[in-house]
Amino acid sequence: MKPRSHEPIFWSLFGGGGMLAALVGPILVLIIGLLVPIGLGFGPEAMNYEQMRGLLGHPMMGFGLAILIALFFFHAAHRILHTLHDLGVHASERLKLICYGSAAGGSALAVLVALVLVLRG
Amino acid sequence: MSQTRTIVIECLRFHPETDEAPYYQSYEVPFTEEMSVLEGLQYIKDHLDGTLTFRWSCRMAICGSCGCMVNDEPVLSCQTFLRDYHPARIRVEPLAHFPILRDLAIDQTDFLAKLESVHPYLIPSTGDDPGDQPRHQTPDQVQDYLGYAQCINCLLCYAACPQYGLNDAFTGPAALALLHRYNADSRDAGKDQRMEVINAEEGVWGCTLVGECSEVCPKHVDPARAINQNKIASTQDYFLRFLKPRGRR
Ligand code: SF4
Ligand code: FES
Repeated sequence: MKPRSHEPIFWSLFGGGGMLAALVGPILVLIIGLLVPIGLGFGPEAMNYEQMRGLLGHPMMGFGLAILIALFFFHAAHRILHTLHDLGVHASERLKLICYGSAAGGSALAVLVALVLVLRG
Repeated sequence: MSQTRTIVIECLRFHPETDEAPYYQSYEVPFTEEMSVLEGLQYIKDHLDGTLTFRWSCRMAICGSCGCMVNDEPVLSCQTFLRDYHPARIRVEPLAHFPILRDLAIDQTDFLAKLESVHPYLIPSTGDDPGDQPRHQTPDQVQDYLGYAQCINCLLCYAACPQYGLNDAFTGPAALALLHRYNADSRDAGKDQRMEVINAEEGVWGCTLVGECSEVCPKHVDPARAINQNKIASTQDYFLRFLKPRGRR
């Protein structure tokens, strides 16, 4: 019997991150990169510190953003691993550990920061 | 009357028993408007060099035996025309990623073993024997697999697949597309037997959706689509197996 691949776990995270990147990315770029700077539809205060800090203190926003960042990390880790494979660098256990380990570390950090922000309100 | 022109065909030559390494040999071939690359090779064999070895049979894109690389692209040589390359020369090589048996003829053993591993035949469920009667299918049920049933085993997709090139343990496009062809057939009940092939690292997970297989397929089989549908199936199987009764995981 051929051993079952554990790829479904990482492929799901990769797919989730990719889909969210495609959905949320352009909107974020539009708002942060274009609309806010030229003041279209947003006041000059729209993205100041207090405003943003208040937003992230809300559990939905704080944790929502943390999960988004986590999925982006896993998406990137998976892509990097496979691109390295295409370039002839074999995806050894160690390389997988480095890629997905960094993603897991980054995700844990994001959740931790969100937790602190939310708890402090 | 189509006019005769001349084109240079550069062929890879290799006889593993006598040659140390493959080399190229060029031939000047007179051709007319409607002549295919295969006919060019046949001209060489009949008039210039009887030792040139290549496979062919139907001459009409049906048998799948004439695949080769023309200017680094995997094509059916019977479906590729010399006029499209003239006045430049063309280079004809055996399909990439396969061992060479001789000249343009490759060794398909690896593919045949993979094809066998996917149980490429209908496995009816036990207790579902219509006797002398035919098994009926609706037009929709036929559409579910008809596209994937068009494969002629020409192996262009394996020559185009960079993943198979990097690691030939990968089950590969045509075998996985044919696996899906039988899974998608309403008369078949053999899914469970094929799941192991799908779920393996060398199964659908060997694919990174480069998509070249579907680009080069002369029969529009779209193996990339079949494989990626089965990534979803494999993911469902991975997570949902814990809900299944023991012994069927
Ligand atoms: S899937 Fe297409 S390219 Fe691949 S072997 Fe079948 S017919 Fe040829
Ligand atoms: S000779 Fe049969 S497919 Fe080309």
